[in-house]
Amino acid sequence: MSEQAFTPGFWTAWLIASVALAAYLAYTLFVGEDKTLFMPGELNPGHHQLAESCDACHREGFGGGEVLDEACLDCHGEERVKPVDSHPRTKFSDPRNADRLEKINALECVTCHVEHRPEITQKDGLTQPRDMCFHCHAGIGDDRPSHREMSFETCKDSGCHNFHNNRALYTDFLVKHMDAPPTAARPRVPGREFAEVVEEIMEYPRDHYPVEPLGAAAKDAPLDVLFSVRLWRQWLETAHAQAGVNCSACHQQRDEQGELGPWNEHPGPEGCVACHGLEVQRFQQGKHGMRLAAGLSPMTPAQARLPMQETAAHEELDCVSCHGAHDFDVTRAAVEGCLRCHADEHSLAYEDSPHHRLWKAEVAGEGEANSGVSCATCHMPRIDFDVSEWMSRTMVDHNQSANLSPNSKMIRSACIHCHGLGFTLDALADETLIQRNFSGQPTVQVRSIDLARADQERYQRELEAAGQ
Amino acid sequence: MKVMSRKKWTAVAAVAGLCTAAAVSAVPDVANQPVISPKAMADALHVVMDSDRTVYTRQIVNRLVKKDKVIEASEHFEDDKALVLPAQMFRFGSELVAERTEKLPDVAFSYSLQSLWPINKQNEPKTDAEKEGLEYVADNKGENFYTVEELGGKKYFTAVYADTAVAPVCVSCHNDHKDSPRRDFELGDVMGGVVIRIPVQG
Repeated sequence: MSEQAFTPGFWTAWLIASVALAAYLAYTLFVGEDKTLFMPGELNPGHHQLAESCDACHREGFGGGEVLDEACLDCHGEERVKPVDSHPRTKFSDPRNADRLEKINALECVTCHVEHRPEITQKDGLTQPRDMCFHCHAGIGDDRPSHREMSFETCKDSGCHNFHNNRALYTDFLVKHMDAPPTAARPRVPGREFAEVVEEIMEYPRDHYPVEPLGAAAKDAPLDVLFSVRLWRQWLETAHAQAGVNCSACHQQRDEQGELGPWNEHPGPEGCVACHGLEVQRFQQGKHGMRLAAGLSPMTPAQARLPMQETAAHEELDCVSCHGAHDFDVTRAAVEGCLRCHADEHSLAYEDSPHHRLWKAEVAGEGEANSGVSCATCHMPRIDFDVSEWMSRTMVDHNQSANLSPNSKMIRSACIHCHGLGFTLDALADETLIQRNFSGQPTVQVRSIDLARADQERYQRELEAAGQ
Repeated sequence: MKVMSRKKWTAVAAVAGLCTAAAVSAVPDVANQPVISPKAMADALHVVMDSDRTVYTRQIVNRLVKKDKVIEASEHFEDDKALVLPAQMFRFGSELVAERTEKLPDVAFSYSLQSLWPINKQNEPKTDAEKEGLEYVADNKGENFYTVEELGGKKYFTAVYADTAVAPVCVSCHNDHKDSPRRDFELGDVMGGVVIRIPVQG
C-alpha cells in the first residue's frame, strides 16, 4: 500500500470501524444473549444445547479448573459419589498420592475432560487420555497375568473398565453372573410402583388432594375455563382422577400459604413438579430437559445432532410432549413418544426388533405384565432410586443420559433384568447389532467374562492345593 | 445523703473497666493453647479410630455374622444386601474425613489402612515412611512408629500403628479372600497398620 493511501479519510474510517467492532463485541459479551461468537470450538454432544448459556459452565470471568469443576459437579455430582464412582475425589486428595497427582491431577474433572475440542472428543462425547490408567496401575500385569499383553489404551474398551462407574464390570460381578444364560427363562423388567408408594412421598400434596377417586362433578376448574367433553373424559379415566388429582393441581400453582394462583391454560413442568418432583428433576438433568434447567427455551428436535423426524423439528420438549395432556398415556410415551422425533438407524429399526414384538404382545394383553420391552424400558428404565438416606423407590429415570454412554451403564439398569451378563457385554460391544436394534445375535466376543472365569478357576485350584 | 460527683463516677467506672479488662486478659485462652503435639494428636486420633473399629468388628460384624449367623458381611455389601466389612467401614470414615477436612483448613489430617499383605493392591505401602513403619509395627509388637516425611512439597508428621486381628472374622476374611497374598493369619496377628498424617511446618 502506498503512503498516499494513509489519508485522514482512511484513518477516520479505520477508527469508526474499530469502535464499531469493539462496541459490537462488548455488547455481545456483556448484554447479548447469544455469545457463541466467542466460542473457541464446538461443544461436545452432551453440552451442545447449552451453547447460548456460556455461564452455565463459565460462572466467573477469572479462575481455573476449580471454577469449571464446580459447574461440572452441579450437574454430574451425583455420579461422582460412592458407590457409583470407583475413583472418588477422596482417593486422590490423600497426601500419599501426591506423586500421582503431579502426573495427572485427578482432583479436577477438566484434567481429563476438556470442552471445545471436537478434534479429540471421542465417540461417547468425552475427551479422555487413552492411557491414563497407566499412572496408577502400571503393575497390573503382576497382579493379573492375563493383562500383561494388553495395551493401556484398551482399558476402557467396551465391556472392560469404566473409570467412574464400574458397577457392572468388576471381577466379582462378572464371576457372579458368568454362567447366566443369554436370556432368562422368564424375563421381566421391574414393575411400576408410584401408586403403591405415593403415601410415603413426603412432599406429595395430600392435604389439598387426598388420594381418593374423584367423580365427574368434582372437577375444580374455574367456571370461566372452557374445555371439551373429550378432555373431561380423558381426565376421568386416568390415574389422576382415580388418585384425587383435580384440575387445579396441574393448572394452578399454590403459594407458600397454600392459596391457589391464577389458572394456567398450558402448564409446563411446574404443573407436574408437586407430585412428580423427582421425575421432573431427573428430566431436567438429561438431554431432553437440560435447556429448561439452564433457563433457556425448551429443546426442539431441530436442535439435536442425532437424526430426527422433520415433521417434529420444531416441537418443544416438556412433560406433555411425550405423555400428552389429560390422558397421560404412559404406554404411548414409552414408544410413540420417542419415535415421533427420533429417526436414527437404531430407533427406526425398533419396530422390527424382537423387543418390539414383546412390547406389542404385552400392550395387546397377550404377554404377561412387564414382559414387553419399549424404548423407555432401556433408555428410561425403572430403577431403584434412593429418595433419602432411608428409603428408595422404583422410579422411571427421566434422565435418559444417565445410562446411555458408555453403554455399560445400561447393563444393571436395563439389560440384566432379562439377559445374561456375557450375552449383554457381547451385544453392547457389537455396533452393527445395536444399529439393527438387537435383531440377531452378537458377532463380537468380549473377553472380560473369560478372564474372570480363569481368575476364579485359579483361586479354586489354590484352595484345593491348600486342602480347603 | 452524699452523692458522688460525675467526675468520681467516671473515675470509678474507668477503674472497674480496667480491672475487668485485666481480669479477662489474665484468663488463659485455653481452647487455643498450642499444647497438643502432633504425636499426641495422632495418638488420640488413633485411640478413637481403633476403638470405634473394634466395637464395629466385635459387636456388629462378629456377633451378627459368626455368632448369631443372621447376616453376611461382604465387600459388595450393596449387591449382596450385607454388612459393610470393618476395613471398608474404616476406609469410608477416612474418605468422609478427607471430604470434610478439605473445607476445614484448621483441621488438617488424613489417615488410611494399609498392609504389607493387602487384598487391594492400592493399600500397600507407597512412601518410604509407610514401608518402614509397617515393617516396624509388624516386627515390634505393641510399639508405634513415628517419623516426619515430605510429600508433594509439604511436610507431614506420620505415625503408623499396628492393625491387629481382633476377631475371628478378620482372620477368616483375609485368609479366604481370592486376592489375599497371605493366608496364614491367626487371631492377634498384626495384619497391617493405620497410617495417620498431620501437616507440620518447618
